[in-house]
Order: sequence, then C-alpha cells, then structure tokens
Amino acid sequence: MKIEAKDPFTTLAATFVVLPADNVDTDQIIPARFLKVTDKKGLGDSVFADWRRLPDGSVNTDFPLNRPDAKGAQILVAGQNFGCGSSREHAPWALVGWGLRAIIAPSFADIFKGNAMKNGLLPIAVDAAFHARILEARRADPAARIAVDLPAQTVALEGQPPVRFEIDPFAKECLVHGIDELGYLLERSADIDRYEAKHA
Amino acid sequence: MSDSQTDRTGPRTLFEKVWSEHIVREDAGAPAVLYVDLHLVHEVTSPQAFDGLRARGLKFRRTDRTVATMDHSTPTLPRRLAVVDPQAAAQLAKLKANCAEFGVTLYDLDSAEQGIVHVIGPELGVTQPGCTIVCGDSHTSTHGAFGALAFGIGTSEVEHVMATQCLLQSRPKTLEVRVDGKLPAGVGAKDIILAVIAKIGTGGATGHVIEYRGTAIEALGMEERMTVCNMSIEAGARAGMIAPDETTFEWLEGRRFAPKGDAWTAAVAKWKTLKTDPGAKFDASVSLDANTLAPMITYGTNPGMGIPVTGNLPAAGTGETASDRAALAKALDYMGLTAGAPIAGQRVDVVFIGSCTNSRMGDLRSAASVFKGRKVAPNVRVLVVPGSKAVKRQAEAEGLDVVFKDAGAEWRESGCSMCIAMNGDQLSPGQYAVSTSNRNFEGRQGRGGRTLLASPLTAAAAAVTGKVTDPRTLMGGAT
Repeated sequence: MKIEAKDPFTTLAATFVVLPADNVDTDQIIPARFLKVTDKKGLGDSVFADWRRLPDGSVNTDFPLNRPDAKGAQILVAGQNFGCGSSREHAPWALVGWGLRAIIAPSFADIFKGNAMKNGLLPIAVDAAFHARILEARRADPAARIAVDLPAQTVALEGQPPVRFEIDPFAKECLVHGIDELGYLLERSADIDRYEAKHA
Repeated sequence: MSDSQTDRTGPRTLFEKVWSEHIVREDAGAPAVLYVDLHLVHEVTSPQAFDGLRARGLKFRRTDRTVATMDHSTPTLPRRLAVVDPQAAAQLAKLKANCAEFGVTLYDLDSAEQGIVHVIGPELGVTQPGCTIVCGDSHTSTHGAFGALAFGIGTSEVEHVMATQCLLQSRPKTLEVRVDGKLPAGVGAKDIILAVIAKIGTGGATGHVIEYRGTAIEALGMEERMTVCNMSIEAGARAGMIAPDETTFEWLEGRRFAPKGDAWTAAVAKWKTLKTDPGAKFDASVSLDANTLAPMITYGTNPGMGIPVTGNLPAAGTGETASDRAALAKALDYMGLTAGAPIAGQRVDVVFIGSCTNSRMGDLRSAASVFKGRKVAPNVRVLVVPGSKAVKRQAEAEGLDVVFKDAGAEWRESGCSMCIAMNGDQLSPGQYAVSTSNRNFEGRQGRGGRTLLASPLTAAAAAVTGKVTDPRTLMGGAT
C-alpha cells in the first residue's frame, strides 16, 4: 500500500490578485462544460473561463487575472462565501492549475474549503477590517505582497504587522506536514472493521 | 457548542442521533471518522477517484454500499443516438470501465433504472431513514428528506469513501427551519425553499445541517420534501433533514432495496425514533409562515435573490452593505432586468422542467395540469425532462407525455439536462429561462443564459403565456 505524500505548505510570500465580488460560485471558477475531463490536470487555462474571455472569445483585459500585474500572483483575495454552489473539486484543481496557493476571503463555502485544503490550496478567512486593508494596499501598490505563515497561523501585508487567522487544527497539521487524509483513514482500518462487525 | 460525547445523555436532535450512530472513531484534535452507509457515484466526479485507487493500489472497500449511474454529461436525446460529444462519450465509457473493473453496480444509459442520481436512490429504496449518504454532488442533500444525513463531497473524498467507506468530518452545527401553517393553493415545496433561501441568503446556513420542521413540512409528500432538502446547499448548508414519519414509511415500503417482512417491521420501529427530542437545542433557528407564502421566482444570479411572482425587483441601491448593493447591480446587469420593476410579465424564451429538484411524478403532474388544453406560447422552447427512466415510464403510462407534446413541449430522456448544461441542452446567450432547477448562477444553463428559478407550476405558466405569470391565474384548467 502506497500512501501519497503531498507537498507541505508552510510559508508563502507573493503578490496577489483581487476579485472582490461576494458569493463567487464554483460554476464561475470552472464552468460545467470543462468538467468532462477525466483527470485533474490542465484546468488552469479554464479557470474563470467566462469572465476571462469576452462573449466573442477575445481576452477580457480588464479581468483581474488577465492584467499584466497578475503574472506570478499566488494569492487570490476574494469576497465572502467564496466557492459556493457545486461540490466540484475541479474548482481548486483549476485555481491551483493557474498558479494559486492561497485564497483570502471573509468567508468560504464549506465544501469548497474542504476541497481546497485537500489540494494544498489554503483558504484564509479574515475579518472585514483586514480585508479592507488588503484591498487598499493593492490600490496603492499593484506590486504589494502578502506573507502567509501557516505554522504560526498569521497573514500580513509585507512590511506590516501580521494578523492571526483561524484554521481547523487537523487540516493545518495535514497541510504543514503534507499528510494525506486518506492515509490517516487507512490507518484506522481496524476501527472500521470493528464498526462494520458491530453494525452488520 | 457541546460535543457529541456529552450529547448522548440529554435530548438530541435528529441530526445528532444519525451523526453519533455513524461515528467510527473520534480523537481529540481530529475530525470524526464517520461511516458512510451509501455512496452514490456518477460520471463527472468519479474518474479521478478511481484513478487514485489504481495509482495507490487500493481496494474498493464496499462495492455493496455503492451505486453508480450516468446523468450529468448524459444527452437527453433518444438513447438510440450515439453520444456525439467525444469528451462526454469518453467520460461515460470511463465510468462503465471503472465500475466493471471494481465491481460497482452501474445503472448505465441502457439500464431501465438509469436516472438522476438523486432521483433513483430514493426510487430504488437504497435511500433510507437514518443512513449516511454521500455523493460527489452537492445536491446529495436531497436524500435528507428521508431523515438521512446526506451531503455532497469532492472527488478526493469520493476516493476516501471508495477506499475506506469513511470520511473525516468535523461536526457541523444545527439550524432549525420551522415552517408552520397551511400552504395556499398554487404554492408548493419549491416556493418554501426559495423563500427560505431568500430569507437567510446563500451563505446563511454555512457550517450547519438544517432540520426542516413544522406543520407545513409534515404536510408535504416525499417528493416535495426532496425538493426542499435538495436546495439546502443553496443556503450553504452541509445537509438538510426531515424527520421520517408515516408518509416516509408508506413511500418506501415495497421499493426494491427497502427491507422486507420482519426486517421492514424492525426498520420502521427504529426509524420512528429518528426525531428531534422535546427540549433538544439547535444552534440557530428561523421560521416562516406557510399561510403567507406566494409562488416564488428568482430574479438574480444566486438562489437567494428570490421574490414572490407578484412582487417587484428590489429598488436600485437596495442592500445593507456596499458589497450587497454592488452584487445587486451586477446581477441585474447580467440579467438585463430593471430595479424596482415587477417580475411578472418578463419575457421568457425557454422553460426547463426537470433536474434533481423538480423532475419527479408530482412535478410532472403539476406542470401537466397547466399544459392540459393549452399550447406553449409562440417562440418559447419547452423541455420536459423526467428525472429517471422509471419516472418517464410512469408519466407515459399516465399520458402526461401526450399532454406535454400536444402543448408543443419537448419530452426528453432522463438526465440532468439543462440544469448543468454540459450535455448539449443549454441556453443561448441572452435567453431568459424559467427553470425548475436549483441554480441561477451566471452561465449555469449556458454561457450568457439568464435563469429564473421557480416551481413546475410557475414554469408551466410561463411556458403557455410566454412571460413570467402567477400560476394561480391559470389554475382550474384551460378556459
């Protein structure tokens, strides 16, 4: 039995893109027509497909991910309830495929949050005041950077004091050490056997 | 909030009973290992999970607790036609090969049991009270109508369940949604749930499992309860549940995989205990008065943007926060609708009656009551898509297909169809659709398409008038 180890997530310092709308659903992150694939790779080109391209097929140069300063960004700053709707894990696959490693938002939809963390994409929930500061910093300087320290559970605009964010301790442990949840479950096979025997 | 360990003594909610019954192991600092009784599988969210099993050399733990079907990327044209989209065809072929390799029961396109995964589970009787049910699909919440704890999962978790029949789950909070009173004529389950979501918002139940209670919920039939629970996810809920009762047992009895004989009697005795104890506490509670509800319809780009069909769109600048106001402006811009205007009378190009929300017999009968003796309005395309082959057979036995076709509607094969628009059924840019499905997100029914969510009755009323219409004005048959 081979247990896949994932890349650990510890610290990250990168530029960011801002998509301030609330309730961005997973149909926007990756429209359903791209779900006919049978593997996880190659979805990065289709992330936010209907927002990145105009109806005539040309590139929407106004869309935040298409602007020149989005190149190299590894963090997305979004509005509240990010990732609502469909349970499609293609959403984090597409976001990661584009190059993102963390999403900062006031709140996340449950299934998306779980799916993201299983793919090394860190959802960071921040309060309205800090969210507003990030947006302000970005307006002042498109090259502004954010630093994330997952072991310390802090996020900061680079050069400013960090703020703490909350994360489920188990999910954090898995991300920091690259632990795969399936491996953890498989190690509990004896418990599962006992449960099944009792409930047969 | 207390943890499940301490709850086992005091009064408990329905959710707490089902949750604690399925805990395999609970360690401090880790989510619970939760046992899954039933895993439903479809073509879109499973291929990468099967690949994961193969890559790691893992066994499929309980194929006997797994049921697969084809619904999402499945065309709804006559089945004798080949699947013309090569990518969809490959995805369907992959599911067939995967199920054959691992020994999973598959109701494929040629099977008499094929249908939307959330329609066939209950139909076959594999969906049962007190079960834990998961599927790589957010509308798995549908099965909560039977008092099951049922929720959508991602593909990584699909793989976890295939390999271990378990999931790591943090315990959600509970939200009581009380709906008391008597629904007026022409107002149904879809209107209840659209009103609930309009009240609490698309993120209003995030982190919670909803229990729907109250006299108006108890009065609903099973299909209607499924409609309500189906859209729990549209309020952000982890799941939605309704306590099983005589209505539930009567509906389930005799179904193919329901217990039989003594096992049935024992099961019903156990299921009767699956209700929230008097004095049990919910983490949050909201209530609605059924007496005052009207047929609901959405005007915007999330399911929380709903109003009575007799109402007006919100005035420009409505919203508590700048972000709310911006969201309204953006939604109305996409929808091409005017702030403050009445929704009734809005032109409609397409009507879709189907999806895991509203594609069962009651939905079709309700729509047919409006179509009977009437014609689809000129320039309106109407798709009626039964939720399963069993629904299609029953509808045809009752002559409903003739009613739809005589009116000028298309009578299609079962599948998700225009709810998800990844199977050939979709809107063109700018078109307005009144749809009985569950999501009105931008582009959900086709790029640039504009979706107004409503009940089958309201959808049928739009079909025959060509505009958004209060269905109560058409009730009592054609004149």
